[in-house]
Amino acid sequence: MSDTDTGTENLLYPGQEQEPSAEELAKTEINAALSPEDKLRLYTEMVRIRAFEARSLRAYQQGKIGGFLHLYEGQEAVAVGCVSLMGPDDHIITAYRDHGHALAVGMTMNECMAEMFGKATGCSKGKGGSMHFFAPDKNYWGGHGIVGGQVPLGTGLAFALKYQGKKGCALAFMGDGAVNQGAVHEAFNLAGLWQLPIIFVIENNKYSMGTSQARSSAYDDCLAKRGEAYDMDWGVVNGNNLYHVREKTAEAIKRAHTDSRPTVLEMFTYRYRGHSVADANAEKYREKKEIQDYKTNRDPIALFGNILKAEGLLKDEQAKEIEKTARAEADAAAQFADKSPFPNPEAILEDSYWSVDNKGKDADIDALNQGRIIFEDGGLLKKK
Amino acid sequence: MRKITYRQAIKEALAEEIERDENVFVMGEEVAQYNGAYKVTEGLWQKYGDKRLVDAPISEAGFVGLGIGASMLGLRPVMEFMFWSFCYVAFDQLLNNGSFCRYMSGGLMNVPITVRGPANGGTNVGATHSHTPENLCANHPGIKVVCPSNAYDAKGLMKTAIRDNDPVFVMENTLLYGQEWEVPEDEYIIPMGKANILKEGKDISFIAHGRAAITALEAAGIMASEHDIDAEVLDLRSIRPLDVEAILATVKKTNRVVLVEENKPFCGVDAQISHIIQEEAFDHLDAPIKRVSSIDAPQIYSMPLEKIQIPDARRVVKKALEIC
Repeated sequence: MSDTDTGTENLLYPGQEQEPSAEELAKTEINAALSPEDKLRLYTEMVRIRAFEARSLRAYQQGKIGGFLHLYEGQEAVAVGCVSLMGPDDHIITAYRDHGHALAVGMTMNECMAEMFGKATGCSKGKGGSMHFFAPDKNYWGGHGIVGGQVPLGTGLAFALKYQGKKGCALAFMGDGAVNQGAVHEAFNLAGLWQLPIIFVIENNKYSMGTSQARSSAYDDCLAKRGEAYDMDWGVVNGNNLYHVREKTAEAIKRAHTDSRPTVLEMFTYRYRGHSVADANAEKYREKKEIQDYKTNRDPIALFGNILKAEGLLKDEQAKEIEKTARAEADAAAQFADKSPFPNPEAILEDSYWSVDNKGKDADIDALNQGRIIFEDGGLLKKK
Repeated sequence: MRKITYRQAIKEALAEEIERDENVFVMGEEVAQYNGAYKVTEGLWQKYGDKRLVDAPISEAGFVGLGIGASMLGLRPVMEFMFWSFCYVAFDQLLNNGSFCRYMSGGLMNVPITVRGPANGGTNVGATHSHTPENLCANHPGIKVVCPSNAYDAKGLMKTAIRDNDPVFVMENTLLYGQEWEVPEDEYIIPMGKANILKEGKDISFIAHGRAAITALEAAGIMASEHDIDAEVLDLRSIRPLDVEAILATVKKTNRVVLVEENKPFCGVDAQISHIIQEEAFDHLDAPIKRVSSIDAPQIYSMPLEKIQIPDARRVVKKALEIC
């Protein structure tokens, strides 16, 4: 049963205080600092992500994309809101539902789409696929396929920032299913123990694949509360409200930057599609009515669009134009990906070892790495 | 030349690299205030402090993952496993994130981490604490695996590992920690992937890694003194990169080979080496390739039986005589 039926739609979770109103959130320091252009840009970012995902789905159905495809539709405000607060020494890492974060940090639709098409022009040269986007130049460290496995890595990013004395933080994203992984609890403990500048963002879309939160997690009110066990501050957020995401994340980033304190933020959101496109039961483990309720009443793009309209910053025509432009960009990305070449077979052997890729470029490195790695010659690929 | 223990040699490597590069730090269970479960890091915390010597909770997946993440931002963590046997609870971090992050990013990022600790049987601690995972780890492209057999190699290879831009797993041996070898005072490093001839010979080749190389050397002594057979002993030093040229050279020289390892035989390192030899030097073999490994069962606790399970010089000699 959805919350709307119980009349508690404004509560983040049962028993919690009401979420601040849009007007109140707009007046908070972090949101008031946004210029009209900033606000339209954030709106556009969310629309672009949705258009990209819709085009990705079509490409998958056309057989252009292999493997799994985990779509971000419905969760756009989380990635866009969080990333909008990142400074030069703030870093981000996430799991396999990684397209939204990738576009939010500024990766292009072309390189992302081409990666999923398995093309040489992809962000990882076609070696990672949908689940493994990376852009270290944009402080984006992936894109990780094993549930919860990225959380210790994110904790390491925060450790490195503290070690280097930088005023930065790590934003480590995970789903609600990940909080039951041991590696996540180990990372929570290390972050609390060593007071690392990190924000653990639980994107709670209610289902770990096909298993609801109630059937997978021991909890009273929310999952973020588990942070208490590890001496971490925690909070809950309406993940579909961009202003709320920004407000709560900004507090956490400030805590990380000024006090080197970790935070767990649970952002309640919803994915419209299945766990992956291969999830044939996406409408069986949850009611169609629930999906429709989120789309109609709590859609992050519609919510923020309405706020901007109320603020006099966005008109219906303009919103349609933004959507049209985003779709055209996604279509162009699909065309780019389609036309791009696949990597050469030799590429299979590249990018595994730094020392192999850099052989002959640095005498010191060659002096350290004189040996031949088994099958470096490629076995079948480059048989003598 | 001065003689120092294998333990002291590793400690010197850590200290020198800590002084050389501010990005190097050592993390692990009991490495700092406790002075190391096997005293490898003894005294380093007093000298270099909390920042460079970090006591981690018993949380291998957590702290190894943390080290990998930190290395992505340019730190050079040296993570200690009290035993490599504990790597199994950190496998996802080591072998998904450690080995594959660089590849999956199309070479955009590096993981310059060193993971070290003892990986050996022979100490009567039962199957859970007696793993030799060099074969498992080397099966993952992206990882380098080093198994030093003596103090000189342990120091030189450890320094190379720490400076390496790829993840390097250094597998030590508790039974060697207290043994002494000649180690120069002056700084040196040992290239990765260069095998070492411990003893020249012309009649048969013993190829080994880690402590098995010492066993092979002892066996070569018996071959000479009791059987008048001149065995060559090749110490691989690193499993990956593997010095295929050195392996083929010794086989082509002696035409007979016994592979010695403390790894279990099934899918062991020597299974791979045996394949390479038959493929690349088949015409140079005058006899079948023989192997001496730990007996293929979980490591037994019982003291006299564990001595039987792990290869000793007599077992190597017996196997060698089958083809001489």
